[in-house]
Amino acid sequence: MTQANKITGAEIVIKALIDQGVDTVFGYPGGAILPIYDELFQQKKIKHILVRHEQAATHAAEGYARSTGKIGVVFVTSGPGATNSVTGLTDALMDSVPIVVISGQVPTFMIGNDAFQEADTVGITRPCTKHNWLVKDTNKLAETIHKAFEVAGTGRPGPVLVDIPKDVQFASGLYTKKNEIKKNLIKKEPSIDLNMLDEAISRLELAERPIIYSGGGVINSGQSAVNSLRNLVAGTNFPITSTLMGLGSYPASGKNWLGMLGMHGTYEANMSMHDCDFMLCIGARFDDRITGRIDAFSPNSYKVHLDIDPSSINKNITVDAPLIGDVSQILSVLIGRWKERGSKVNKKKLSAWWKSINNWKGVQSLGYENSSSVIKPQYAVQRLEELTKSYNRFVSTEVGQHQMWAAQFMGFEEPNRWMTSGGLGTMGYGFPASIGIQIAHPTSLVINVAGEASWLMNMQELGTAVQYRLPVKQFILNNERLGMVRQWQELLHGERYSHSWSDALPDFVKLAEAYGIRGIRCEDPAMLDDNIREMIDYPGPVIFDCLVEKHENCFPMIPSGKAHNEMILGEQTEENSISDDGAVLV
Amino acid sequence: MSLKLKKGVNKQSAYNLRDPNLDYEAAHTLSIIVDNESGVLARVIGLFSGRGYNIDSLTVAEVDPDGHRSRITIVTTGTPKVINQIKAQLDRMVPVHEVIDLTLKGKAVQRELAIFKVVANGNQRVESLRLADVFRAKVVDSTLKSFTFELTGTSEKIDAFAELMAPLGLKEIARTGIVALLRGDNSN
Ligand SMILES: Cc1ncc(C[n+]2csc(CCOP(=O)(O)OP(=O)(O)O)c2C)c(N)n1
Ligand SMILES: [Mg+2]
Repeated sequence: MTQANKITGAEIVIKALIDQGVDTVFGYPGGAILPIYDELFQQKKIKHILVRHEQAATHAAEGYARSTGKIGVVFVTSGPGATNSVTGLTDALMDSVPIVVISGQVPTFMIGNDAFQEADTVGITRPCTKHNWLVKDTNKLAETIHKAFEVAGTGRPGPVLVDIPKDVQFASGLYTKKNEIKKNLIKKEPSIDLNMLDEAISRLELAERPIIYSGGGVINSGQSAVNSLRNLVAGTNFPITSTLMGLGSYPASGKNWLGMLGMHGTYEANMSMHDCDFMLCIGARFDDRITGRIDAFSPNSYKVHLDIDPSSINKNITVDAPLIGDVSQILSVLIGRWKERGSKVNKKKLSAWWKSINNWKGVQSLGYENSSSVIKPQYAVQRLEELTKSYNRFVSTEVGQHQMWAAQFMGFEEPNRWMTSGGLGTMGYGFPASIGIQIAHPTSLVINVAGEASWLMNMQELGTAVQYRLPVKQFILNNERLGMVRQWQELLHGERYSHSWSDALPDFVKLAEAYGIRGIRCEDPAMLDDNIREMIDYPGPVIFDCLVEKHENCFPMIPSGKAHNEMILGEQTEENSISDDGAVLV
Repeated sequence: MSLKLKKGVNKQSAYNLRDPNLDYEAAHTLSIIVDNESGVLARVIGLFSGRGYNIDSLTVAEVDPDGHRSRITIVTTGTPKVINQIKAQLDRMVPVHEVIDLTLKGKAVQRELAIFKVVANGNQRVESLRLADVFRAKVVDSTLKSFTFELTGTSEKIDAFAELMAPLGLKEIARTGIVALLRGDNSN
């Protein structure tokens, strides 16, 4: 190859991204990544969003990825830039979000010398990425970036990181096109175990008390998985519940919908999980927030588990019929064979089962006592839902009580509309995520349902929202408390409220004004609707400071160490007190 | 409202009221074919330490220079459920190409190499040499006061030799850890 065919490493990076169809990058520059920023400056195909903190870049990329099904891309510099991305990488790993982080590194000849802004980035990020690479040869750069996209986006999606020393960015090398790389990287997917599948189908046909429990895997698998899931529910008339990550794969308005399950799930969802005799788990992983006490989890059911990741099988809960593979493929085969066999279900028993479920529904576990003097947080979310559900709407959240209330009281009709930090529970996720979502959907209504404490963790992103004119709505349920922590302290730590106040809060309206955007404060339930409408109608970012009841607890709740049928619905009684054993759990 | 929780230390996690892994623990020898790229060993070891799995023995070396593949042999202990998790977790790592559970696959040849330094005089010195002969250990270095023996065999054999040498002036041991392959004409 002649010198003429060579381009610099920095050019290769940009070229490879364009080759991958990337049009948006979230990032923050610094010394070790300057050559790449220099290339960025000289092209027009990729739009760069300058965040105000690298953690926010990773969450914005997550929001972008989860709301589009595309891969989110992040640029950070070496050292502190890279370490700041660690929380977002871990968050993306836990929630299976495909993002590619490209980090600058000190030049290869200085690696290991404690150079300025040197950190062992691949070492630090090894346990929080699906895979990572340090590229020491410019000729390997293009290939590595293409591989990175492939790893991030295939199988169970996840975050990857490519660490590029500055001399590698400056040096010249050959570009390899996306379609020229060797395809030996992706593990071949196992073929579906048809015997197991048939066994599962025959159980499905006989099931007296079936339930479908779906998770984020259905959404990651894509629209065809979502369609299949809906067809299956419609065809069988089975009840369906979803995890926090799975909301939207089955429409909240659907007649078989039981609401979310798990620690703050509905009574009917959790009771159905406990009492069922046939459980079809689709793209979910029996997380501890879902199962509650493991040895009391759904004790009498035949469990079928569809998942693309073999390591999710039998990790927490031992299942009867593991079916490994892409959910959309397995579901379509499953439905096909079930139809061939005559689309049978145990109709008579099923209608008895629905009767029990409807009795449980009658408990109205999401009920709360409303007030005309103070805004109840549940009421605020209900009104937000009512007034925004007809919009082309995307919702992100922070982490805490508000997150659970949003999950309980907002309804999602479609996948990819609900972005929340599930596995890691990262306070500070929601605001930057809303920025990433709005970038991807410029004309949609993007709302971050936030707690005041979480929101403060990445409030610097106001600058980003203003700079790029992103009309993100920050709907803050301000209880002046680390509400979820306060709730646990009330229930588990003898009402000793150790450091769970949000003291010295800013005046959110003035904060908004300081950034030249709209701030709205609401403390009167009677004003809520008008104020929410004002928020929606304002053509720019809004901080909505919704002052809510400070001591509200989020119910229902399965206390740690309890089983699904031992949930607390609201008022406290002696026998559902949390055990000593339960208190050690997170 | 309070849940009337008693103050004090909790004995155990309620998720583990009955440890779901309270099954029979057994040692498994895993043979793992990986890309010989930088960081691959750190990845594998990091998986074990990060997820709290045991490593009883570990060896690694490149076995296919053309394909840049290494074989890592790990002996680990756990219940069937944990062993299955370990294999599944290893298998989903990008540079891991194959995970073979030699313990489940059938009979495997398992060998370890060890070097022993024995410092002794008189009868003890003679006895150590005699025993080395019985074990077919080779003398690879000697001085007037010492022997250095090389011994290859199963871990049990090496343990047994170490035990015998202990009263005879054994000063130092170096062991490689286990390498293993399936018996028979099948490759893994
Ligand atoms: C980064 C981070 N630190 C700490 C926690 C633990 N935590 C979970 S919820 C919560 C309180 C959140 O308060 P706020 O955002 O005001 O929400 P609220 O529960 O009041 O609705 C805390 C501290 C966490 N999830 N993430
Ligand atoms: Mg709060």
